[in-house]
Amino acid sequence: MPDTLPVPIADDLVCSDSGGIALLASRERATGRICFPARPESDARYDRVVLPRTGRLWSWTVQRFRPKSPPYAGPDAFEPYAVGYVELDGALIVEGRLVDAAFDDLEIGMAMRIVPLPFLLADGSLRTSFGFAPDRGADI
Amino acid sequence: MSEDVFIVGAGIHPFGRTPGLSGLQQGVFAVRQALERAGLEWRDVQFAFGGSDAAGNADTMVSELGLTGIPFINVANGCATGGSAMFGAYSTIKSGEFDLGLAVGFDKHPRGSFSPLPADWGLPAWYGETGLMLTTQFFAMKIQRYMSLHGITPHTLGAVAEKAFANGVLADHAWRREAVDIDTILQSQMVSDPLTKFMFCSPGEGAVALLLASGRKARELGLPAVRLRAAAVRTRPTGSFEVFSPALDLDRGGSPTGLASQAAYEMAGVGPEDIDIAQLQDTEVGAEIMHMAENGFCADGEQTAWIAEGRTRIDGILPVNTDGGCLACGEPIGASGLRQVYENYVQLIGQAGARQVPGKLRLGYSHVYGAPGVSAVAIVER
Repeated sequence: MPDTLPVPIADDLVCSDSGGIALLASRERATGRICFPARPESDARYDRVVLPRTGRLWSWTVQRFRPKSPPYAGPDAFEPYAVGYVELDGALIVEGRLVDAAFDDLEIGMAMRIVPLPFLLADGSLRTSFGFAPDRGADI
Repeated sequence: MSEDVFIVGAGIHPFGRTPGLSGLQQGVFAVRQALERAGLEWRDVQFAFGGSDAAGNADTMVSELGLTGIPFINVANGCATGGSAMFGAYSTIKSGEFDLGLAVGFDKHPRGSFSPLPADWGLPAWYGETGLMLTTQFFAMKIQRYMSLHGITPHTLGAVAEKAFANGVLADHAWRREAVDIDTILQSQMVSDPLTKFMFCSPGEGAVALLLASGRKARELGLPAVRLRAAAVRTRPTGSFEVFSPALDLDRGGSPTGLASQAAYEMAGVGPEDIDIAQLQDTEVGAEIMHMAENGFCADGEQTAWIAEGRTRIDGILPVNTDGGCLACGEPIGASGLRQVYENYVQLIGQAGARQVPGKLRLGYSHVYGAPGVSAVAIVER
């Protein structure tokens, strides 16, 4: 499916291959500390790394009112959405939208995986962002 | 040899909404009230630190107060603006440079949530565009995880809000002055799970002014005074969990609150067990609960028992947010940190009226926290 994804919402945010999408991050050479979003590739103090695609839900909430614009660039019509932090295996705890799960089913510790998130901007253009969905395979 | 520093006067413009007055004018109101209560004139003030987050430059107040030529330093430090203004005034007197100065904070925010811009916080545009840049989400996720780790229940969240509104009824300067029962709080509209509408403070308006003096000046004035035993401002350490964080380190660390708290206790030479009254940042109920532990007053998880037993009520062993805090007073960013110190000052000198904490109060503790990971703690002694 990667070939059919819309343009990413930002440069240096996601990469994709046959296994789906993954987040780009940076590892500080001096300390080994990983940081996200990725540093500019020109920053010689960092190496570019790809974050693991799976992890566990670290915390979550539901955004129940439409955020103010700016900075929010989503459509005027609003549906509540879930947001969470996912502890990506051995790397970093990353914040993102949570998808494909009923709000009542969200639980800290549940297995999650990164998925592409089509994001409709208020101007009508479609971009690819990222989200996390329950990794149902991992829990079986 | 550093000087002792005292608070010798305080003024406040009621918090809430005042359509006819700008934030700056509310600041001027607070300064005039502080001066009047202390029997002082503006020309007696030798220097000032002041600021707001969204209501203009504090130093333009001199047009209203008088062109006396004093140094007036504007402070812009987000949620710690008031705390930083007081830190500036405290350090100036402590150094011996001046004997009498002002710390003033004020603000006036539009209705609804704050709408920060990613670039102002060193963040990429997509973080705001996709709806992740909200302070409400951070507070909700911090308490959500804390509840899961330490067995805090929604009932405890509701009890904290109930206490805040009960205290606000008794505070002249509070915005929300009606009691709200716990069932109404728990059943009100969910804003950001697990937090309902009544569990969050709202951006608002208000102003506070404090007059600080050296020990020598305070003795000369002979006013009711409290000694500022500690004023500490700290930023975030590695591994902390802050507002507007696209990612967190796996190795979890301390917090700016922990650092500021520890520094303040060391400066004052006291510990949490010595504190008689505390004003803790309560952007929402979870913040008050977690800040009880981060400031050393209880261990993680003990809040359930503390709150069930009413230990943080005005008649409890450690009254917390005795004027209803941000929950009842609202959050004018530049003023809130100084409101906490104002509240400790009036409590310690026994002029808190209907909300006066009974008994002899010696040590008052105040704590603010805000984006992007800054905290200010002050300890005052009567």
